[in-house]
Amino acid sequence: MKALRAARMERCIGCHSCSLACSRQVHKFLSWNKAGIRIASAGGLSTGFEAKLCLACHPAPCADVCPTGAMAQRKDGGVMQKKNLCIRCGKCAEACPVDAIFLDHQVNPYVCIHCGRCVDFCPHDCLEMVDLPKKEKEGGE
Amino acid sequence: MIRDFFRVMMVNLTTGKTNIIERPGRSEYLGGTGLAARLYEEFGLMDEDWDHPDQPVIFAIGPLTGYFPLMSKTCCAFRSPYHNQYTESYAGGKSALSLRFADLDALVVVGKAPRLTALCVGSRRVETRDVEYMRGFDAIHTGRVLRKIFPGSGRRSIMRIGPAGENLSSYACINVDTFRHFGRMGGGTAMGVKNLKAICILGDRGFELPQTKEYPKLYKHIFEQLTTTEMMSKYHGLGTAVNINPLNELKSLPWKNLQQTTSPEASNISGETFADHTLLRNAACAGCPVGCIHVGFVREQFQANNQYLYRQVGYDYEPIFSCGGMLEITDAAQVLRVLDVIEKEGLDCMSAGVALAWATEAFEKGVISEKETQVTLKWGDAETYMEAVELLSRPPNDFYRLLAQGALKCAEHYGGEDYACVLGQEMAGYATGEVFFVSEGLGFRHSHLDSGGYAYDQKHEDKDVKKALDFLVEDGRGRIVLNCMVGCLFSRGVYKDDLLAEAMESVGYGGLNGKMDEIGERVQKLRWRLRIGMGYNPLAVKIPKRYTEITTWKGPIDTEYLEALRTGYAARIMEMGAPLEDEE
Ligand code: SF4
Ligand code: SF4
Ligand code: SF4
Repeated sequence: MKALRAARMERCIGCHSCSLACSRQVHKFLSWNKAGIRIASAGGLSTGFEAKLCLACHPAPCADVCPTGAMAQRKDGGVMQKKNLCIRCGKCAEACPVDAIFLDHQVNPYVCIHCGRCVDFCPHDCLEMVDLPKKEKEGGE
Repeated sequence: MIRDFFRVMMVNLTTGKTNIIERPGRSEYLGGTGLAARLYEEFGLMDEDWDHPDQPVIFAIGPLTGYFPLMSKTCCAFRSPYHNQYTESYAGGKSALSLRFADLDALVVVGKAPRLTALCVGSRRVETRDVEYMRGFDAIHTGRVLRKIFPGSGRRSIMRIGPAGENLSSYACINVDTFRHFGRMGGGTAMGVKNLKAICILGDRGFELPQTKEYPKLYKHIFEQLTTTEMMSKYHGLGTAVNINPLNELKSLPWKNLQQTTSPEASNISGETFADHTLLRNAACAGCPVGCIHVGFVREQFQANNQYLYRQVGYDYEPIFSCGGMLEITDAAQVLRVLDVIEKEGLDCMSAGVALAWATEAFEKGVISEKETQVTLKWGDAETYMEAVELLSRPPNDFYRLLAQGALKCAEHYGGEDYACVLGQEMAGYATGEVFFVSEGLGFRHSHLDSGGYAYDQKHEDKDVKKALDFLVEDGRGRIVLNCMVGCLFSRGVYKDDLLAEAMESVGYGGLNGKMDEIGERVQKLRWRLRIGMGYNPLAVKIPKRYTEITTWKGPIDTEYLEALRTGYAARIMEMGAPLEDEE
């Protein structure tokens, strides 16, 4: 199973092409927020950029707290999202340790699903898809 | 499409009230420069000066902003403190996408705040803050503080002014997101006179996309054209600074207040030299994968025992010409140090550099002395120029107060008009010949971007007046259409008519296709009408003597050709800007 990594952010030029691509292709929106990856300056433009995106945790704290199963654990890390099950309680975003889940003003959560569709739109090759290590079964079986 | 009309936020700083207004006219004015002119026509005061509190400062975006790459600029329109007429300037950064996602086609600010104020607007927010304590803060420091006041990193744009705008220099700029500017014609002062230190635009909304297959496909196609073909590599690679060497070879590089058009030293400040020795990284406007912003660095020892600090300074062709060659500063790091001070003080770097170049020559010729300048201006002396920039932005005497109104204003008082390199405003960096001098001198924006006069000079040795004038008018009109979209002018090789039509179609504006020429012409006329209505007389524009004394690759300037172009272009402008009743 693969996951998206912002592996070379020191190359980032802040064009937001990645978030716009995610929003456009995955979420069918014109937005730079309603996206699985969001670009922020690390504290003013002279300090460079950081990407806010899902780190593909396992277990994923957002899935753990989701009361409805709308955020479900992916096998090797990260989550799958079932929008129709979401009651928009906002708990997932609160639980994310790295602020990777964006809630719009109607409390719709946006999170990276590790599809990799943003990667081709980064002109500086900052992003890549990597293989996640297979998770050992609980209890070390 | 998001809507087929314009949604505009009007903020009145005097009353503290905000209105959202809706206006028709997408099919007449498209957006950007067209929308701004249309809004100025409605809200501007034709019979009051630029500093009247109710003169609007307008920020407008276009129909494709955010939808497609490089549709990433904002048009800012106002009555200019430089010449007291209608004008406009363009900048990128995150301003355009922030306005789009704040759900606004335009933001109009009128009135004057009682104390220094910062304004924050968004799709669900409008707020003003008293920031009187920021008076005198430089543009960089102001940005830093504002980021704390109005959180929203990554989805906001911060536009602010430095001391020059507060002190009403007529060429103060608006700094946008650290590395971009509404540079020319004094936008910073138009904000300063309103007591408006900064505007933060929060782009916090998103919009449904057309559910067609065409849109994402076309996006991808355009994106690939922009990123994988050679078309944009110039802007991405060395950036516009690449122009230094070729213009120098063509004897078209303004040097030492245009006493020369070429210099053996030019290669020391070429794009190649900057890239090799000072380039730190590239940056981009939001929505632009090209990344033409070049950030250089300088390091300075501030204490013995190896104590260094470093600064990041953006550079481009124009800043290097105006603060490098024009001042004969021939060391890349020293050019950046001067630019850094200009940046902080919030001046237009082209105007500041060219004005100081005039002052240096006037000083040399004894027209002014240290009594006026307070420092010993000397070609190439970056250290002194850094001091002079601060004096310019915080004027201690009448000389600097006048120089901050323009080199020509200062020369009118002290003498030395012949060598004030002013073409409408302090010149842009192309000493290419007659067509460019007339194009900039009489141009609407007084920059090199109105039309490709500089390129025309480089390609045409013939002196066909009619052909040149037709070119200026038609090329200008073509650029106006892209300025209505508020696309980056660097992309004009990609966004040809057919592609623009396809792009408009794919997001639901297909109905406007076939109308673009008509819109371009309407907007071109409206802008001139506004300008002429405020007293502009193109026939009275003079081209200073210095421009007739130079030699380019074509040989000496042909004064007869220059004069024919000047009077011919003035007549065309009067025609374009004729009052409406004559036109119908
Ligand atoms: S907002 Fe939706 S996805 Fe997030 S925790 Fe609540 S129900 Fe689950
Ligand atoms: S991998 Fe997919 S979901 Fe994640 S940010 Fe990129 S496009 Fe969005
Ligand atoms: S597409 Fe790449 S360069 Fe552009 S903002 Fe995203 S990570 Fe940065």
